[in-house]
Amino acid sequence: MPTGPSTAPATAPALSRAALLRAYRQMKTIREFEERLHVEIQTGEIPGFTHLYSGQEAVAVGVCELLSDADYIVSTHRGHGHCIAKGCDVIGMMKEIYGRRDGLCKGKGGSMHIADFDKGMLGANAIVGGGPPIAVGAAIACRNRGDGTVSVAFGGDGSANQGTVFEAMNMAVVLQVPTLFVFENNGYSEHTGADYAVGSKDIAGRARGFGMPAETCDGADFFDVYATMGRLVERARQGGGPATLEPRITRFFGHFEGDPQLYRAKGEVQQQRQTMDCLVRFRDRVTQEGWLETAELDLIDAEVLSLIDTAVVAAKAAAPPPEADLLTDVYAAY
Amino acid sequence: MAQKSMRDAINDALHLEMARDPSIIVLGEDVSGGAGGTSGEREASGGIFGVTKGLLPKFGDRRVIDTPISESAIMGAAAGAALAGLRPVAELMFADFVGVSLDQIFNQMAKFRYMFGGKARCPAVVRLAMGAGMNMGAQHSQTIYALLTAVPGLKVVVPSNAYDAKGLMITALRGDDPVMFFEHKALYPRKSEVPDGAYTIPFGEAALVREGEHVTVVAIARMVPFAEKVIDALAKEGITCDLIDPRTTSPLDEDTILESVESTGRLVVIDESNPRCSVASDIAGMVAAKGFHSLKAPVQIITAPHTPVPFARELERAYVPSPARIEAAIRAVLKD
Ligand SMILES: Cc1ncc(C[n+]2csc(CCOP(=O)(O)OP(=O)(O)O)c2C)c(N)n1
Ligand SMILES: [Mg+2]
Repeated sequence: MPTGPSTAPATAPALSRAALLRAYRQMKTIREFEERLHVEIQTGEIPGFTHLYSGQEAVAVGVCELLSDADYIVSTHRGHGHCIAKGCDVIGMMKEIYGRRDGLCKGKGGSMHIADFDKGMLGANAIVGGGPPIAVGAAIACRNRGDGTVSVAFGGDGSANQGTVFEAMNMAVVLQVPTLFVFENNGYSEHTGADYAVGSKDIAGRARGFGMPAETCDGADFFDVYATMGRLVERARQGGGPATLEPRITRFFGHFEGDPQLYRAKGEVQQQRQTMDCLVRFRDRVTQEGWLETAELDLIDAEVLSLIDTAVVAAKAAAPPPEADLLTDVYAAY
Repeated sequence: MAQKSMRDAINDALHLEMARDPSIIVLGEDVSGGAGGTSGEREASGGIFGVTKGLLPKFGDRRVIDTPISESAIMGAAAGAALAGLRPVAELMFADFVGVSLDQIFNQMAKFRYMFGGKARCPAVVRLAMGAGMNMGAQHSQTIYALLTAVPGLKVVVPSNAYDAKGLMITALRGDDPVMFFEHKALYPRKSEVPDGAYTIPFGEAALVREGEHVTVVAIARMVPFAEKVIDALAKEGITCDLIDPRTTSPLDEDTILESVESTGRLVVIDESNPRCSVASDIAGMVAAKGFHSLKAPVQIITAPHTPVPFARELERAYVPSPARIEAAIRAVLKD
């Protein structure tokens, strides 16, 4: 958790210079990871199908900067951003996405199944709505340990329509466990608009109906995510029970790589890239406020680009799993 | 007759039957797509695999229904609509999502007729895309037809080609029972001769894909083209096989399998699923029970291993039964 002297706006919890630099680095790392994957996928070297998180970085980072390794998250099919924000090793992730032996999950999981239990990252999930019940279970563990830790269930607007999610939300309220439900409303589930599929058009309102506080925020504004989620996390840490955050956001790519996006108006993405880019907005804010210098941000940009490059080179060169791995890891003992 | 992919053949069946029978509806996630989008394009998808393309423009959104991501409700709504006189075709997208929706399939639609003393009629068709081979990982690649084959009240269809898929879909749409229609993702582009008009293929009637003397090979879905390749190569060495494609695992055409084993005395069963409680073990058990005296050698069963489906290319390739393993099994069963 961030420490040090406060240079933060009144709306956000204390953020030191180091914390601001770190948040920027995390967001930039996610962005470049995804933009590079978008390019590398065209080569056909990456197996399977991949859902990119570009555009939503401020949500993952704004939330995870409030957490420590002892807190838990569960993620989704669009999970790279959550993984990076929670501290997963970027090179290990890239290797996993390439299906390599020394990837984070030995090449057995792939893009949609990255986990790192040492970092409190309980797994990306290819089943929409698979995560929230798991987060409730983790929150029972948090509560019983009594150490003020919490669990966060990331999900999309589409996941808010899944029965498993309703059950998890109600159970979290009944048990008063510290689960934070984060519904990243990027406007679409696959090729269907959220305004069609979310009947009430109000995910936060739905969460309130379950008996927990819920807030919306601007998902492209790191400071808004961080401040709003900060209040909800703090409340949960103090034993106040579950809560919901609905960041309004957009995704810069299709649902998965190769999606022609016929459901989106022409020019929508280009326009959103101009007005809803969390990195641009972060840069503008911190330089205008005089909290950080452009040069230090540029330096981070260069370092991140080189890290992503290293990751891709390493992933391409890494060995695939040997055939014998097929039969391992099914059970702890059998 | 035209060459058509399995994707287009199923699409064809849906078009023909929806035009013929106004009680047929289609529902599922993105079966048309575009609802609530900003482009105004009302068929932005046509199904994630393109199987339901063209249905919305032709039949409208009261019959072609995009749903939220709510698989329990999709399956349950199909069951309820069927009880109330419609003929729903509910798309579950990936077969793996049976996990989220099993109650409505297993405790509800499967049991209505029996539980309600034969009074209920539940003609729901559930479409499930299955199979490994595209590196989609453990939760998007399974072939779980054995799970549903085990449930009394459900019929289970596992086509291996476009011609069969169309005829079997039309049969499903004209029957009065719930049908689980499994479509192997790797077979969607596979083409065969498909007549333009409607035709039906009865359930419980296997296809004899190849005729031979020495070995009976039973293969399911994607394993059928794998077996064809191996069998055609072996024929050049003078080893000939019956290749049986059951086409439906419930009902199962036991007679065709037993008659073939009676003449060859040797059986190889090939199934992409996990080995325990599989359709392969079910068929082997059936032959052991009913055709034991015909057998000259132990039955060879080729399946995936007892593991989830792995992601990495090399591991997934090792997971799916390969033509090489099929060939080895045929040679092995001939040794005894
Ligand atoms: C149970 C289940 N149903 C359907 C799918 C197919 N699917 C994958 S992602 C997705 C859309 C999810 O939308 P949303 O929750 O808004 O997340 P986003 O993709 O926008 O990040 C769908 C329908 C799935 N993976 N699991
Ligand atoms: Mg969404």
